[in-house]
Amino acid sequence: MSRGPLSLVVALLVCLVVSLFGENFIASNFAYYYDILITIGINIILATSLNLVNGYTGQFSLGHAGFMAIGAYASGSWSNHLDPVIFGLLGGPTNPLATNVGLFVSMFFAGVLAAIAGFAVGVPSLRLKGDYLAIVTLGFGEIIRVAILNTDFLGASRGLSVIGSYTNLFWTYGSVVLCTYVVLGLVHSTYGRGFLTVRDDEVAAEAMGINTTKYKVLAFVVASFFAGIAGALYAHFKAFITPEGFNFFRSVDVVVIVILGGMGSTVGVTVAAVLLTILPEGLRALAHTQFVPPAYQGLLENRLILYSLLLITLMLTRPQGLFGERTASKERFSRSRGN
Amino acid sequence: MDRLLEALQQLVNGVSLGSIYALIALGYTMVYGVLRFINFAHGDIYMLGAYSGYLLAPLFAHFFKFGEFDTFTPQNTLFILAGAGLIMILSMAICAVIGVLIERIAYRPLRERPRLNVLITAIGVSLFLQNMTQYRLGADPKAFPQLIPVHVVEGLGTLTVLTSQLAIILATVILLIILRLIVMKTKMGLAMRALSLNPTACSIMGVNNDVVISFTFALGSALAAAAGILVSMDSPSINPLMGNLPGIKAFVAAVLGGIGNIPGAALGGLIIGILETLVIAIGFPQWRDGIAFAVLIVILLFKPTGILGRVEREKV
Amino acid sequence: MRGLRSDTWGKRKLQLLPLHFASASRCTAKAGAFAYATLALLAFPVHSTLAQIKIGAVTCLTGALSTFGISSIQGARLAEEDVNATGGVLGQPIELIVEDNESKAGEATTITRKFISQDKVVAILGDLTSSATMEGAPLAQAAKIPLLTPSATSVAITNIGNYIFRSCFIDSFTGKVMARFALDRLKAKQAIILTDVKQEYSVDLSDVIRQYFTENGGKITNAISYSSGDTDFRAQLTKVRIAHPDVVFLPGYYTEAALILRQSRQLEIDCPFVGGEGWDSPALVEIAGKSADGNYYTNHFSAADPSPRVQEFVQTYHAKYKAVPDALAALWYDGARLLFQAVQRAGSTDSAKIRDALASTRDFDGVTGRISIDENRNASKPAVILRIENGEMKMVQQITP
Repeated sequence: MSRGPLSLVVALLVCLVVSLFGENFIASNFAYYYDILITIGINIILATSLNLVNGYTGQFSLGHAGFMAIGAYASGSWSNHLDPVIFGLLGGPTNPLATNVGLFVSMFFAGVLAAIAGFAVGVPSLRLKGDYLAIVTLGFGEIIRVAILNTDFLGASRGLSVIGSYTNLFWTYGSVVLCTYVVLGLVHSTYGRGFLTVRDDEVAAEAMGINTTKYKVLAFVVASFFAGIAGALYAHFKAFITPEGFNFFRSVDVVVIVILGGMGSTVGVTVAAVLLTILPEGLRALAHTQFVPPAYQGLLENRLILYSLLLITLMLTRPQGLFGERTASKERFSRSRGN
Repeated sequence: MDRLLEALQQLVNGVSLGSIYALIALGYTMVYGVLRFINFAHGDIYMLGAYSGYLLAPLFAHFFKFGEFDTFTPQNTLFILAGAGLIMILSMAICAVIGVLIERIAYRPLRERPRLNVLITAIGVSLFLQNMTQYRLGADPKAFPQLIPVHVVEGLGTLTVLTSQLAIILATVILLIILRLIVMKTKMGLAMRALSLNPTACSIMGVNNDVVISFTFALGSALAAAAGILVSMDSPSINPLMGNLPGIKAFVAAVLGGIGNIPGAALGGLIIGILETLVIAIGFPQWRDGIAFAVLIVILLFKPTGILGRVEREKV
Repeated sequence: MRGLRSDTWGKRKLQLLPLHFASASRCTAKAGAFAYATLALLAFPVHSTLAQIKIGAVTCLTGALSTFGISSIQGARLAEEDVNATGGVLGQPIELIVEDNESKAGEATTITRKFISQDKVVAILGDLTSSATMEGAPLAQAAKIPLLTPSATSVAITNIGNYIFRSCFIDSFTGKVMARFALDRLKAKQAIILTDVKQEYSVDLSDVIRQYFTENGGKITNAISYSSGDTDFRAQLTKVRIAHPDVVFLPGYYTEAALILRQSRQLEIDCPFVGGEGWDSPALVEIAGKSADGNYYTNHFSAADPSPRVQEFVQTYHAKYKAVPDALAALWYDGARLLFQAVQRAGSTDSAKIRDALASTRDFDGVTGRISIDENRNASKPAVILRIENGEMKMVQQITP
């Protein structure tokens, strides 16, 4: 990817143009597809960022939803409290400049806060490996969720209504472009070599003098930043968030995308994100047609049963996912058994 | 005197809770010992044990008169225990079979693959079990039939110990003794211990590793099923997601005691149970689930091998 | 040992590239075909183009709340059948387009958008829970499509806008009913409130109870909390035992209420417990057994109500679904019929007219009582108080606002 910053700017401009001219048309006439488009964008960001940790650095994190939650709630409450100020300064709530600035500031704040949380969680956890890391990240994800559930000014069990600025195609796909750019940029740099080394053989890396903790924490923080951004976009899109929306199953949703796409392949997870966002909607449509007897409609709409079967089948038959490398090291995570 | 009595009361509560965690933790630790892998789906075997009991009990309800006895009397005790015991043994058998099947279908083909793959498969199995149960049997809580009369045990003064709590503690002790006998005194137990030390040497010595691993899974699953039945006798509300939280807490217990170490798992379970009861007793019931995670983080930061665990040297 | 020299990495990448792309392009092709097929399905108009009045219904058909969701949609479908059997509305049959939000956060917005832009419904019936309704309602309001929820009780919902309606009573009414009942019938002076801090419903109800009870001469000696999902309440109940209240308020869901009742009787706590409609489920008595007897709860509906209207509903529901209708089925049956009737009174499928017709609903004859929509677009209707005796719910009192 040596096309560099130029391609980033071009991509952002494209998003801007599409958004400026197409947004209102799509949003009013094709609201359902608009919804799906934005959801795809958010899922791509989540999957690409998680892929950096799980795929490129080989650290299995099951707590991604926790950072998304931090991003969502941070940006949500930030917007609720500070948007009136920003709108007041910039010409009112209907002024597009005001809403966009409001959203941008909110997203940035969310990303930074999520990154800080990523650092706080990463430093103690990342010295663990494999199964332990998975459980600890799961634990942290749950702790974050329960903390939000017990915090009154974040709405607690009532949920939080996010008013004011709204997500639009530019911010969503602009963030997608930015996230992909950053992730690919990191991966194809010396940092990327560090990540891959940590993934392939951590002990050898340490022996060579590579500071594995630094690379692991870096990947984790960057991933958390973008998870926070995705959370902010989500909050401003759904306009109402509850702690239940960021539970373990949300993390599993993202993990399934990463695994289907192929850990360590950005193209793969992007394609997988698109597929797995469209799939439930497709199943919904299928359930309504005459082809499916009513007895099985529930099964089709039971996303988790299908996802679990997908996970098991993938692992048994094609563990590298759709696009992953077969040559990914075989001895990742296996402890030598003391010969 | 009052304080002492209250402390004793909470101790009983803690030991009874801890016994359940211990039974589940044993499954985690044994599987880890032979396969070096955390069976994410273990907590759901516990749930399936409870559901097995729920589905089996009506078949025997008429014969064993479940729910018709109000108290234990010297005449009916044996009969009641026989009935409850039969349901428990049948559920243990069913879950042992399920455990072996899961291992055969989902884990064995991945034995040579990176550990990560098996972990993901285990998550898949866990989700599948939970959601399939939810789909077929309904997501709402079901009432577990009353296998033994539940009332305060006579003769203990102001100490309120329920017959169900006593049953949990006694059953756990019996199962632990049986487990100890199996692991220490039988050939299969010897094979399990050998396998956890060095699987290659084991197969060289003529042990069929696959059979031993299947046996380990069967044993662990049976214990989890027993825990499911016992806890449902005490708290007769079962639902498809009931295995999540106890599963994680039992995992923490296994790590606390030293993963791979059988007495460690039992010890860890007891400690977690008592800690949890302590947290509730001093007035913070909303943190009862968080305490297990806190223990996990502390243990993994400061003594990852657990209380009774050995330090394993990783050779490269 | 692999080195980190750049040329080695570069060579490795080049070697891998052709293989990668070959399989990648196959995969892209497969993925593309799959996506195309799904999109085609999405675009395919799956509903017949007969003249039908389309109403969207969204609830939790799968997932953790599926039992409630299934009850609710069965009630709604019964209403749909009833009304279509008598010629439909405005001479056309009603078509209920049912969607499932999988008991998952975030789905309701997608479904609402689908209703509005794809299915072009004239009104929306839903959602089951307050949080899901809070997601969908702002969208319905913005699109000026009337939305009626038959079972979400959070006050904030109808504040969203004038196109949002509710055909059940809200927590502030239930709480008052519970407190009033304790004060008047149970002659309670001192009470304890057990709140489920994880559920908004319980927290809201507790606030209302506390306020009303203390304003009218009662005293709340203790407010104790628990969390939904807990199974052991002995720590909290020990405190209740020591306090000896006249009554304990338990405005939570039956999943925990059943266990709490059981454990409280085991700990020899004798005072009556008073709960809200969250207790309504056959599982309450199944799980709590004899401990449920002697306690009370408020509900929208009682299947044991001898009035002919209710009994007729119970018979038809039982004939179709082989089960006794619970409060949710009754609420959604009434809500659906109320909505259909509003369309009839509006005289057209114009959203603004339907909205006005809904707002002017007075004394609608429902199985859950006579329903009128008040100026806040909430329902003004009676509640019933049930007492559990020998495992059965006996109606004790009906309270009209």
